[in-house]
Amino acid sequence: MSKKVIIIGNGIAGITCARHIRKQSIFDITVISSESKYFYSRTALMYIYMGHMKHEHTKPYEDSFWENNRINLVQAHVEQISSADNNIQLNDGTNLNYDFLVIATGSKSNKFGWPGQDLQGVQGLYNLQDLQTMEQHTKDIKHAVVVGGGLIGIETVEMLLSRNITVSFLIRERSFWDTVLPDEESRMINKIIQHHKVDLQLGTELKEIKSHNGAKVTSVITGNGEEINCGFVALTVGVSPNISFINNSGVETDRGVLIDHNFRTNIKNIFAIGDCAQFKTPLDGRKPLEQVWYTGKLHGETAAKNIVGLNAEYLPGHWFNSAKFFDLEYQTYGLVLAQKADNEDWFWWQDKKGEKGIRILWDKNTLSFKGINAFGIRLRHEICNDWLNDKTPVNTVVHQLRKANFDPEFFKGYEKEFAAAFNHQNILIKN
Amino acid sequence: MEMDMSLSLANHAESNPLNNRMKMGAALVAISFLVLLLGLFNQFYNPILLGIFIIMISAGSLFYTNGLYANTVDGIKNNGVMFQSLTNRGLWAWILGIVLTGFYIILYWYPQYLGLNKNGNTGLVRFFDPLSYLLNGKQASQWFVYGTFYTLAILLMGIKFIRKNRHSKYQVFRTVSVMFFQTAFAFLIPEFLESLSADKAYFSKDVKNMWPLNIYFTDQWNIDGMLKGGNLGAFMLVMGIGMIFIISPILTYFYGKRWYCSWVCGCGGLAETAGDPFRQLSDKSLKAWKVERWLIHTILALVTVITVAVLYTMFYDNPSSYWLNKKSFSILVIVFFAIITSIVLLKRKTIFKDFDKKAFIIALSVMGFTVLCLINILMSNGRNVLFLDAGILRQGYGFFIASVFSGVIGVGFYPIMGSRVWCRFGCPMAAILGLQQKLFSRFRITTNGSQCISCGNCSTYCEMGIDVRSYAQKGQDIVRSSCVGCGVCSSVCPRGVLKLENGPIKTKKLQGPIQYVNGAFEVTE
Ligand SMILES: Cc1cc2nc3c(=O)[nH]c(=O)nc-3n(C[C@H](O)[C@H](O)[C@H](O)COP(=O)(O)OP(=O)(O)OC[C@H]3O[C@@H](n4cnc5c(N)ncnc54)[C@H](O)[C@@H]3O)c2cc1C
Ligand code: SF4
Ligand code: SF4
Repeated sequence: MSKKVIIIGNGIAGITCARHIRKQSIFDITVISSESKYFYSRTALMYIYMGHMKHEHTKPYEDSFWENNRINLVQAHVEQISSADNNIQLNDGTNLNYDFLVIATGSKSNKFGWPGQDLQGVQGLYNLQDLQTMEQHTKDIKHAVVVGGGLIGIETVEMLLSRNITVSFLIRERSFWDTVLPDEESRMINKIIQHHKVDLQLGTELKEIKSHNGAKVTSVITGNGEEINCGFVALTVGVSPNISFINNSGVETDRGVLIDHNFRTNIKNIFAIGDCAQFKTPLDGRKPLEQVWYTGKLHGETAAKNIVGLNAEYLPGHWFNSAKFFDLEYQTYGLVLAQKADNEDWFWWQDKKGEKGIRILWDKNTLSFKGINAFGIRLRHEICNDWLNDKTPVNTVVHQLRKANFDPEFFKGYEKEFAAAFNHQNILIKN
Repeated sequence: MEMDMSLSLANHAESNPLNNRMKMGAALVAISFLVLLLGLFNQFYNPILLGIFIIMISAGSLFYTNGLYANTVDGIKNNGVMFQSLTNRGLWAWILGIVLTGFYIILYWYPQYLGLNKNGNTGLVRFFDPLSYLLNGKQASQWFVYGTFYTLAILLMGIKFIRKNRHSKYQVFRTVSVMFFQTAFAFLIPEFLESLSADKAYFSKDVKNMWPLNIYFTDQWNIDGMLKGGNLGAFMLVMGIGMIFIISPILTYFYGKRWYCSWVCGCGGLAETAGDPFRQLSDKSLKAWKVERWLIHTILALVTVITVAVLYTMFYDNPSSYWLNKKSFSILVIVFFAIITSIVLLKRKTIFKDFDKKAFIIALSVMGFTVLCLINILMSNGRNVLFLDAGILRQGYGFFIASVFSGVIGVGFYPIMGSRVWCRFGCPMAAILGLQQKLFSRFRITTNGSQCISCGNCSTYCEMGIDVRSYAQKGQDIVRSSCVGCGVCSSVCPRGVLKLENGPIKTKKLQGPIQYVNGAFEVTE
């Protein structure tokens, strides 16, 4: 008999899960989501605001895809889960039964209780509704303040600049994203931000958001007591799992919905995936919460296998990620953290113009390759992954870096310069 | 809460106001057009005026480009594309589209309004006489005027494209290449040759413009022209045939059809330069892809049938004037089609992989149609193609396909349908190169592991309407017959996912989606 699967949330995690269940079964699949009927790519929000794309361009599948693949889409908000009755309640009062429930409700923007954080023109950037209010509140303004130096923060700065709005960028840390990036990389980004004439305020916290008329924001006060006049404030201080509606459902939660390595919650037929899921015991070298696109995909795919009855454990392989800071592309493979561990060594190289940079990380004892950060350079995922799998000697990686070159044709090579600099500084490990 | 984001976001003011250099540039271009109008309506002709026009339009365009890009950082410049009237099918787009379409209609069918006159030009054509005399010693024709505009557009908009994409050597080289081929091969060399052999019968002298894009190649006047054209004529004939059967397949094998479509071809050259602001307007729907497959291959079949019919008629009517006669020609045609058919049948697994049975049906029906027509031709006197006269068909093709489609719709509709409508739906040359690209080429676009974030920039800016993202998010290589290798998808990708590459055919990743699982890349479906 065909089982009934309900997936809450049509983000990358929920949708991947639905697609993979469909591929492997004839289950009845319903995806319920409140933000929009159709799946779109959240990562492209900035491009809609900047006019590179319209919302329709960010939908990875044509609208007919869902019907063709017998995946029911419902736009509604799930108010409550009654796990004892295998039942959920929607905002319009409907009750729906399920055999399997997948919670893929993603994240919401953090707000840390600042005075004035609920004024008009103060918001995070996570969903389409945010984009719409940002559109409204940034019309005819001259200056904006972005609080929080992460990936969404710098994207928001770029968005505002594209509309000729000047920006003060308040970052609590002493350098951009230095909780993730080593010093040199972080400083490289600081420079780019300043190059774009952004008022970059490092080591600065937000204290208060103010309004002359009590409705729309007119200024912020920083931790140093400085007042900055502005017409818009973006709070991009991270995200956290969007799970408040799960309270009292019997599903165990902490920061996120707690799951094992098969994405099962404490209740056997309820799964959680994507941004909102939290591993009870994190995998080696990985965080309990994984809030990126590709992990959402992997979660969805693996959970689908478990739902159709195959026993599949989460095996994400080596960490990787990518981002773009204004026009500087960044890719990373393996775990290169802001600080190296005692048993690790690393080498940073930057080209003369400061447009490219590579950091390579290795194990001090075995001299095997452990990771790489690349700036202004595209590297081949498969090759980097092979090197990590094979624990290739760092020296070999340095001298075969060309194999991983993924830059477009005719781009200037950097490998020789990099290898020469590496050899110069690391004579000891020449083998 | 259902809402239409694209609507709410589309109506906001343009984000970048014109700066002084841009204003000055725009003013210069506007004045240069006024000078042109003087030529069109006045009797006031002067080589100096023509010189002023060319200098002003060039200077204006360069100023504008400079104002637009001088103070920008190297990188992608698509801010506001979806907001601006001109690039988002707004009022300005429609105005430009109507003006361009109107120009093409006058150019093709009413050149007298441009001032064309055998006994002494007037108006716009006369305005360009001085340049024509300078290059080939004859008075200008409407085609000369068109060629000059065309070349100017590729050069000036090419410079703009280079400035915009200065961070990418691939884009820069490719654009310099189309600018060179247009100026030298399509414009200057034919004009010089024309002046050298002024008394000889005219024949097409643009060597890069090969059959079937150049449908005139097999017309009797052209063949006679080449045969009687001495060494030059012989060279043109040998080159023409060599390009079709030897040079182009070899280059396509090594580099994909991009060597032609986005590095050499004039139509492609215009699309990549003047058409670049409109590339995002291409239709990405599956439906458009279906229409494309039917249309372009039917046109290829048509042009093949017509060409065979025209040639057969020629051999039939002149049994002993040519090296070939109707019998040897028939044998050649039959052998050639037997070879093509067997290749398609043998390679059907690779060809029809991503659109399986339906593609096979398209191929079978198109090939069936072709064969039927060919039998019909070879059994009649050549004048009969499915009860239609070959001459009339040839004329119809010239009118509907080579003129209306490639010019009026192909370029006139740039601001509405995007820059590659002709290249994608109509061009028989693109169809042939596309088949070669799909069947036996080392070219593909590789995708970088699992780095794709499905943002959609690649698909949006693909001028051929290829849904690049649908491959990238599955980790599949993009091997599509329509891909002209412009490399823009790779440029605009914010995560470094796409790379245009040539490599052994065997390593193309066509089979099933590949996901990054368990630390290895394995086929999961
Ligand atoms: C601006 C921005 C840029 C980003 N850029 C990148 C990037 O470049 N690379 C990267 O790896 N990651 C990026 N991310 C992170 C990435 O987008 C997320 O990790 C990913 O989208 C999470 O997917 P998900 O399916 O878990 O949840 P989501 O995409 O958040 O989807 C959850 C959906 O569930 C709906 N929902 C929630 N609760 C309910 C309910 N009770 N009832 C009904 N529906 C509900 C929500 O409305 C939402 O639509 C970015 C995020 C943002 C906001
Ligand atoms: S797929 Fe990429 S390279 Fe090919 S035509 Fe489209 S944008 Fe150009
Ligand atoms: S390939 Fe690049 S541009 Fe295309 S969807 Fe993926 S990340 Fe976006």
